[in-house]
Amino acid sequence: MNMTDPPADPIVQIQNLSVFYGKQPALRDVTAVFPVGAVGLLGPNGSGKSTLLKALLGFVKPADGRMRVLGLDVAVSPSGIRARLGYMPEIDAHIPGMNAVSFVAYCGQLAGLPRVDAMQRAHEVLQYVGLGEARYRNVETYSTGMKQRIKLAQALVHDPDLLFLDEPTNGMDPKGREEMLDLIRDLAHNKGVNLILSSHLLPDVEYTCDHVVVLHQARIATQGPIDELKGPRGSVFELRVKGDRVAFARVLDAAGMVSKAAEEDIMRVFVPDEKGALALFQLAAREGMQVRHLRPSLPTLEDVFAQAVGEE
Amino acid sequence: MPIHDQSYRRYTGQRSPKGRAWTVIATAGVRNMLGKKAFLGLLILAWMPFFYQSVKLYLAANFPQMSIISPSPDMFREFLDHQGIFVFFITIFTGAGLIANDMRANALQIYLAKPLDRLEYIAGKFAVLAFFLLLVTWLPATMLVLVQIVFAGNLTFVSANFFVVPAILVYTGIETTVLGLVMLALSSLSKSARFVGIMYAGMIFFTQALYGVVFLVTRNSAFSWMAVPSNLMQIGDLIFRMPGRFEASGLVTLLALAATVALAAFVLERRVRGVEVVT
Repeated sequence: MNMTDPPADPIVQIQNLSVFYGKQPALRDVTAVFPVGAVGLLGPNGSGKSTLLKALLGFVKPADGRMRVLGLDVAVSPSGIRARLGYMPEIDAHIPGMNAVSFVAYCGQLAGLPRVDAMQRAHEVLQYVGLGEARYRNVETYSTGMKQRIKLAQALVHDPDLLFLDEPTNGMDPKGREEMLDLIRDLAHNKGVNLILSSHLLPDVEYTCDHVVVLHQARIATQGPIDELKGPRGSVFELRVKGDRVAFARVLDAAGMVSKAAEEDIMRVFVPDEKGALALFQLAAREGMQVRHLRPSLPTLEDVFAQAVGEE
Repeated sequence: MPIHDQSYRRYTGQRSPKGRAWTVIATAGVRNMLGKKAFLGLLILAWMPFFYQSVKLYLAANFPQMSIISPSPDMFREFLDHQGIFVFFITIFTGAGLIANDMRANALQIYLAKPLDRLEYIAGKFAVLAFFLLLVTWLPATMLVLVQIVFAGNLTFVSANFFVVPAILVYTGIETTVLGLVMLALSSLSKSARFVGIMYAGMIFFTQALYGVVFLVTRNSAFSWMAVPSNLMQIGDLIFRMPGRFEASGLVTLLALAATVALAAFVLERRVRGVEVVT
């Protein structure tokens, strides 16, 4: 198979995966499909995102279940899979005592690139991630944002078919975060690199990914194309009322709508398909609330997430 | 319009087959150590006994009145014994940080996310230590045999003591394997290379002191298997066909060394992982 051809099948398939740390469940009966392209792995801290990536890498042994990555069984050929994978860990990680270009070239050699090719790729990749000027500096002197970039560079140097990015914008300033997200988006949409982006930051996933798998309390909460998840199930309204907003939010929830506070006194209300703005007015009238502002809003991934995990 | 696209490009070149990553780790480790001036100084110092012995071989070969220092298998055994001090320092200098520094920098996740398994990682790290230990034991001892042949101008000594060359190989191989794996195991237990160095020195001196106390109480040197250095001395004596300096049998000594290696391998198996699980 040509390494540049994306596989037609899903890049990752997981069936009934369970992982325990001692007696503590980290993943429980997870079944998920990660299609070709950019997939967000979304969930609050401790939901099992990093564990899922580590299980796919073969770092942790599952108690139950099967995993296939790029068509290969993780239990049978973990190193065959890792040859085609790039992994950007969540924690600060580097090879000590090396400058950036040596570090990235070394990673390329570890992944099977000849020495000369690895060095050439290291220069190119460092340029691409924005570390061209700092490539001869020792990695240990890098700032947090630069360390995130070098982690991406070492994951990319051997030109993987699939990238695992674990919280890639952690600790970055707004500008750096934006640049990192642009890089990820470019890789996924223009360079043909499949990726799984693990994050607890909804905007990051929404900006870079086409599909999402939502984990909550070690289980899959929802999964699918982001557009589909956001689209068909109902409408979202921005609502401002005069009166006891907290009590009214409870009323809305009791009526099967999902409300959550947005900015200042505005709340976002998810209204299921069969109901509409009229239902909101009727409820407000019944409760003696005055509607001061009602505007249809596009549903965001945040709404999908809130609905999937049942959070306000 | 840019004349060279500096954006990300797909790689279409060749890739090495699986199983060679350990050589990459070993080469990088050796290069890293050779870049340290203090370490180079230590290596040069470790070769001084070789030059001293070479002079002795020259004198013995060329001046009949110096026959008192004619070569014997004991000379090679004693040479390797004296190299022990350099083996000790090189093991600490080279080995203490081999895994500990990777642990400190969380590099294991980087390594093990590449197409290499834990055994290859350990093999690469071990090769770094083995390279330098053999550089100050096997290589100078073997070269001494060659120097003796050259100075004597005949093969009389070697043909009369044909076991010396394989004995050098076997003894230095055992010494390197045992000390290398022990050091790697200790290095995997901490994130501080300095602490690992102290642990290693402590392990060497403590086991020797423990044996010393037992010997004082029992007046029996059969318990030499308790100390790693004594075990190596004893096995060295037996390999060079000399009477053992302790009463412990060859089998017990060998079993103790095998147990030490097994324990080190067990520690490495537990500690060298892509994820650290605290339960």
